[in-house]
Amino acid sequence: MSSIFDIIGPVMIGPSSSHTAGAARLGKMALSMFHERPDSVTMTLYGSFAKTYRGHGTNRALVAGLLGMDADDARIRDSLEIAEQENFQYTFIESEVDAGHPNTVRFNMYGKDGKHMSVTGSSLGGGRVAVTNIDGIDVEITGEEHQIIVFHTDQPGVIAGVTHILGLEGINISSMRVFRKRKGSEAVMLISTDSDVDAVALQQIKEVAGISSVMYFEPLE
Amino acid sequence: MSYLYDTIEDIVRLADRESISFSEVVLRAEIESTGSTKEDVLDEIRRRIQIFKESVRDGIEDTRKSKSGMSGGQAKQLDERKPVFLSDLTYRALRYAISVNEANAKMFRIVACPTAGACGILPGVMQAVGEVYNCDDQAYINGFLAAAGVGNVVTNQACVAGAVGGCQAEVGTAAAMAAACAVAMMGGTTDEVVTAMTLCMKNVLGLVCDPVAGLVEVPCVKRNGIYAVHALAAAEMAMAGLRSRIPADEVIGAMDSIGRALPEALRETSEGGLARTKTGMDITNRLAHQK
Repeated sequence: MSSIFDIIGPVMIGPSSSHTAGAARLGKMALSMFHERPDSVTMTLYGSFAKTYRGHGTNRALVAGLLGMDADDARIRDSLEIAEQENFQYTFIESEVDAGHPNTVRFNMYGKDGKHMSVTGSSLGGGRVAVTNIDGIDVEITGEEHQIIVFHTDQPGVIAGVTHILGLEGINISSMRVFRKRKGSEAVMLISTDSDVDAVALQQIKEVAGISSVMYFEPLE
Repeated sequence: MSYLYDTIEDIVRLADRESISFSEVVLRAEIESTGSTKEDVLDEIRRRIQIFKESVRDGIEDTRKSKSGMSGGQAKQLDERKPVFLSDLTYRALRYAISVNEANAKMFRIVACPTAGACGILPGVMQAVGEVYNCDDQAYINGFLAAAGVGNVVTNQACVAGAVGGCQAEVGTAAAMAAACAVAMMGGTTDEVVTAMTLCMKNVLGLVCDPVAGLVEVPCVKRNGIYAVHALAAAEMAMAGLRSRIPADEVIGAMDSIGRALPEALRETSEGGLARTKTGMDITNRLAHQK
């Protein structure tokens, strides 16, 4: 059984839950991963996104998400005009490459002082999405639960340091996965929790030796 | 006492045992499964019904064309004349459903029910019945809940995505939800609610998803209108006492197995049917070069 509001819902901007609502969510997730509005973004579109993005308004939804709009924000329809007014630079590239899932986008975000981040995500249908890669590291972030993403060096004790802090804060972990590029290199921890993680706990985690950055996601509406 | 349900039969059994309506079972199950209060659930239902109404208005008032040029202004065209063949109520349902789907194609706010492609049928039928019979808040809520119960069972026992089960899964489910809604709004019995959704779904079986250029416009927009009328025909039969020989859950199962047997070309890939007609291909090629 699902909630009746998943059946008669989501409330969204048309025309397509996967091509529009999901795209807006992916844009917003990419924005929150970058922490600030990028100066410019290149979006590479794959599969059905590449073929039908203008007709479905996928381009408008992606840009809207990057500007911080939610999937039910009526301004999505005018997002390209808003981007122009706010001098937000973006480019779309249509790719013929098979990215695995038909509705996939890769964001290359550029900010101040050479800051760059690459985020890849797919729209899975019904507005559900998953970010599958950040800066070359495979992840799975759905925006459906409380999720902490910890970027760290692959070395002993980092995981224990993080889980210890969560334990002391009374935060229960519902699932946890660790990925790394190769032994001893950059790694990422994906931790889902049953409850909110407050700023104090996140700051403590950030201070654990070997950790370079921490992100936290609350469930998207 | 648990009100959780998996099948239509479950809902009927719970309603009969507790002597409550189909809609009341759905409400109690929602409260039980989410831990929300009754007031919160009812407020959210009211909020979504309000968005239904706004989307009906948006599609009629905004007469511009969609980005592809294939839709827009058709609900208005219907709104400006008197029906020759349909009753006042069915004509309202037809144009309101088309209106919401036009609003969807033009990137207005809508409520997916159960999907964006089929988002006009339930609001169209609900508002038509509500206006013509001057329904109160409770009637609208009962209609919403009955529709949600039907949609919930189909979602979990079968499928509602065109890519999985064809249009019968999207528009078929939406119409079955709308048929249940119409009967519930008029205070129909559990039996009548279930019959309405069953007759409705039986008569959309096999409907394929073949949208031109992959967009939610042709044939989707007018199809929302046609199936709003179809839902009311099923509701009419149910309230006249007609019954389905095949039980609701078996019809839902048939819809699922037919959907999965459909060739992939007819499941939202735009590689068959209307999408691959000469004109469909001409439109597809024209849009591919549009900037």
